[in-house]
Order: sequence, then C-alpha cells, then structure tokens
Amino acid sequence: MAARGPGRVSVLLPTYNERDNLPLVVWLLARTFSDSGIDFEIIIIDDGSPDGTQEVAQQLEKIYGSDKILLRPRAKKLGLGTAYIHGMKYATGDFIVIMDADLSHHPKFIPEFIRKQKEGNFDIVSGTRYKGNGGVYGWDLKRKLISRGANFLTQVLLRPGASDLTGSFRLYRKEVLQKLMEKCVSKGYVFQMEMIVRARQLGFTVGEVPISFVDRVYGESKLGGNEIVSFLKGLLTLFATT
Amino acid sequence: MTKLAQWLCGLALLGSAWAALALAPPGLQPPGPLRQALLPLPVYLLVAFGCYSLATVGYRLATFNDCEEAAAELQEQIRAARADLRRRGLRLGAE
Repeated sequence: MAARGPGRVSVLLPTYNERDNLPLVVWLLARTFSDSGIDFEIIIIDDGSPDGTQEVAQQLEKIYGSDKILLRPRAKKLGLGTAYIHGMKYATGDFIVIMDADLSHHPKFIPEFIRKQKEGNFDIVSGTRYKGNGGVYGWDLKRKLISRGANFLTQVLLRPGASDLTGSFRLYRKEVLQKLMEKCVSKGYVFQMEMIVRARQLGFTVGEVPISFVDRVYGESKLGGNEIVSFLKGLLTLFATT
Repeated sequence: MTKLAQWLCGLALLGSAWAALALAPPGLQPPGPLRQALLPLPVYLLVAFGCYSLATVGYRLATFNDCEEAAAELQEQIRAARADLRRRGLRLGAE
C-alpha cells in the first residue's frame, strides 16, 4: 500500500443513552480537529436510546453542519460490531477512528494516532493504557488488578504483539477495518481483542500510542462477574482457534 | 497453527525430552547429580513461572498510572464545552 497519511478522518461514535456525554465529546472532537487542521466527520450511530440522545444529536448537526455530524441511528440496540458496519457504510474518510462516546477516550489523542500512523505507515494505531504515559483514572485496586491480570494472561496465551487488546480507542485504515469486520464474530471486550489478533493474522501492522483512560464521568461503568466469565470464554476461544 | 497447537507442541517437545532423560534405562542415564536435578525440574519451572507471573502482575499493578491530571483537565474542558455549546444554542438537559 502506498505511504499516505489520513486525508479525512471519520469518527464512528456508537451511542446508547449518552445524552449528557455526546455534546461534550463532539465539542472536544470538533475543537481538536480544527486546532490541528484535520478534515473530519463524526458519524453518530444511536441504537434507539430512550433518553433523547438523538434529539441532542440533531441539535449538534445544526450547530456543526450536516457535513460534519452525520446522524445514522438504528431502531434498537444491536451491538457494537454491527454498529461499526452500519456506520462505515456512510464513512467517506480514508481513516476511521473508533472510540467510546462516554468521555473515557479523549479526542486529544487522535492527532497523536495520526502522527503515529504516518510515522510507520501503520494499518492500525491502537491506544494503550498499559504503556508509557498511558493509564487510567477512576479505577480502584480490584479493578486494576483484574485488568492487569487479564492483560497478562492474554499476552501469555495469544502473544498478540500489542499491549492493549481490550481497549476500543483506535485508528483504522478504512479498507482494513472493513476486512476485519467481515472476520470478527465476538462480542464485548473480546470483539476488540479479536480485531487485533485477526489483524496480525492477516499481516496488518499495528502501532501504539499511550492514552489516559478516564472512566465514565456520567453514568456508570460496569465490570461484573458476567463480563469476566465472557472475557475468559472469548480468550480461550481465540486461543484455540487462532 | 493455532496458539493452542503451538503450546501443545512446545509442551510435548519439552515433556518428551525430559522423560527421555529422567526415565532412561539405567545404562543410558545421565550422571547422578544431574539426574537428581532433572527429576524435579518440571515442578521448579512451574513454580518459577508462577513467581514470574505474580511479580509481573504485581509490579504492573503498582506502577499503573493514575491519570489525575487527565481527569482534572477533562473537568475543566467539560465546563468550557457546556458554556460554549449553550452559547451556540444547544439546549442541554437538566444537569
């Protein structure tokens, strides 16, 4: 593939009940992109939130223009993977950023992702909480222990060549994301993990940028026994099949 | 080859090498002291790996960055964003 950096960046924002966070994350995105002179569009994929997320999104569309904010809702909650597929149909950028809309991922890192991408002509640039200046805010010791333990186990079993497999703040070359979406079948945390593992299998390159993850300011973040069990199941499935 | 297959291959290789040396017939056995060290080797390796794992996870847990400044910066920016969005006519819900 020719060495070229991003022309336009399409940000995919899957939302569900993010009325409070959505305007803030859009504001931060718009400011970051205009400060660094990067052409962008934000595609909001709302899964029929009952809290009025879509009304807020429509207001944002008016403020920022319908060329910058694209509201592409779906009728009901259908999962992250299909949200990306749905959003990608409307993406006109040659690079795609996926991130959470709950303010845990700060847009200020996107220009760093882009710099990193250009530096090594990477197919994927992944934010990492586990390297360099990366880290988290708002996690207690137990949560950190589970995170570190799960990450160590994953590194030992899968040797994936990337330090943060469950993170969901990444930059993808559009055609690479499209190809990966066809291959990946997992859900939840495991979905993000599978994306990197499959990417490696297909010979795509992955660069990393340390990020700070600030756990949800509004609304609550969940990590229960169910998440841990499904994470382990997914990890073992990937271990046995890839 | 899947990661599982790689692990099984590696373990089978090491395991059979160990079994061949440790359980060899008396004439082919390595000299006494070596054999003494060889017999419990798998257990030693397992314990060593366990220690390495605990030490690694423990060290990384202790050095996990707390991004206090990032959180403070975000709060600051949220205030600025709210004010600016309101000025541009966004109706924010109850706060």
